[in-house]
Amino acid sequence: MLKYTEDHEWLRAEGDEIVVGITRHASEQLGDVVFIELPEEGREVEAGEEIVVIESVKAASDITAPVAGVITAVNGDLADNPGNVNDDPMAAWFFRIKPAGDGVLDGFMDEAAYSDLIG
Amino acid sequence: MAEELRRTGLYDLHVAKGARMVPFAGWEMPVQYPMGVMQEHLHTRAHAGLFDVSHMGQVIVIPQDNKLETAALALERLIPADVLGLAEGRQRYGLFTNDRGGILDDLMFANRSDHYLLVVNAACADQDIAHLRTLAGVDIRPITDRGLLALQGPEAAPVLARLIPDTAGMRFMDSRSLDWQGSELWISRSGYTGEDGFEISVPQDRLTSFAEALLAQPEVAPIGLGARDSLRLEAGMPLYGHDMDETITPAEAALGWSIPKIRRTGGARAGGFPGAGRILPELADGPAAARRGLRPGTRAPIREGVPIFAQQDGADPIAQVTSGGFGPSVGGPIAMARIDPQIPAGTTLYAELRGKYLPVTVTELPFITPSYKR
Repeated sequence: MLKYTEDHEWLRAEGDEIVVGITRHASEQLGDVVFIELPEEGREVEAGEEIVVIESVKAASDITAPVAGVITAVNGDLADNPGNVNDDPMAAWFFRIKPAGDGVLDGFMDEAAYSDLIG
Repeated sequence: MAEELRRTGLYDLHVAKGARMVPFAGWEMPVQYPMGVMQEHLHTRAHAGLFDVSHMGQVIVIPQDNKLETAALALERLIPADVLGLAEGRQRYGLFTNDRGGILDDLMFANRSDHYLLVVNAACADQDIAHLRTLAGVDIRPITDRGLLALQGPEAAPVLARLIPDTAGMRFMDSRSLDWQGSELWISRSGYTGEDGFEISVPQDRLTSFAEALLAQPEVAPIGLGARDSLRLEAGMPLYGHDMDETITPAEAALGWSIPKIRRTGGARAGGFPGAGRILPELADGPAAARRGLRPGTRAPIREGVPIFAQQDGADPIAQVTSGGFGPSVGGPIAMARIDPQIPAGTTLYAELRGKYLPVTVTELPFITPSYKR
């Protein structure tokens, strides 16, 4: 089941890890993505820490870690094909994170709440 | 409180086409359409793009004694260009300069037989008009009952010739009045994309119908300001307020080519414009730094304001990016900055981005080969 952050990230629990990407709404607001800088695998991050840089034709923006934890994998294919974020944002995951705590997804929005947020 | 934004005559058409509207130089303008900046850019380079540039200032300069020479010589007091030598039906690029040798605005001026037509930047238009009104012997008339369109791209000429056959005979920088369904259009073969194309002044009451007639052609798509910026950046063209301003001289902006011999030291009409005392010696001796191209060595765009270093040693920056972004036709990031002309093309410099020194290569402008119909 998908959860969403106020920063327009989607979060998908897979085993004891969370897969993170950005929503279609976010990718449309960004415009054509031309460059993505991903964090290093194994990096320990704090919740809210800026760990991904996305550059679109318009501007640079950051993606933050939704929860504290360790980056277990990054989608290296995105660095070569940043446009995938526009083509299929739900498939274009950025990183997997192993949260430091339990039940960390409980506080995030579900699909209905996120739909309300973006109107 | 923000000042109320002005709307061009095509506002409703932009909205109907799904444009995202943004504030720009006091106007509410389309930054992109649903096609997106990248595809709009590539469409313009492959086919034809229609731009609403009605926010730009159109001004006519009329000699009070009905002698065009009077208006030419008046304009030459503000613009270091050969206005007098411009033939009827031709257009040139020029600069308004200030007493310190800086650039107040850049403009196009056309000889339209009994007057000159000037097209200036939207943000500078009021100031330019006040500046022009200091001239004696000419009437300055801002044109408020016309919009301005740009049709750009390799298929612009066949498209426009379908609507207005006489445009087929125009060469690059020709300027003519031609009829479209009973309305007089002022058309020049010019643009701001590096492509062949036209800039077309249209009476307000025909602006939407003419734009719709162009958009009905299969080659034409509406293009927003986002792609306008990436197109001009690839074409190596400076943007006022970014790559040049009132503190930057023509030589520093790499616009010395717009100042012909006749206005330079030793020329028949040398000087006689604001800042000549600084501008002319600098053109002869060469500036300490001039606008040049930078090609970042990674995929990360290097944008305006990013500092440029000679080495990765933390010494003071040697330049700052004045325009930068992604070049869809180049297929990578591109930027411009004022760099010492002594530094050879091909030299590696370093851009500091998010705490890292990224290599950038000094290159000649433009980044793409223009395809004007000379």
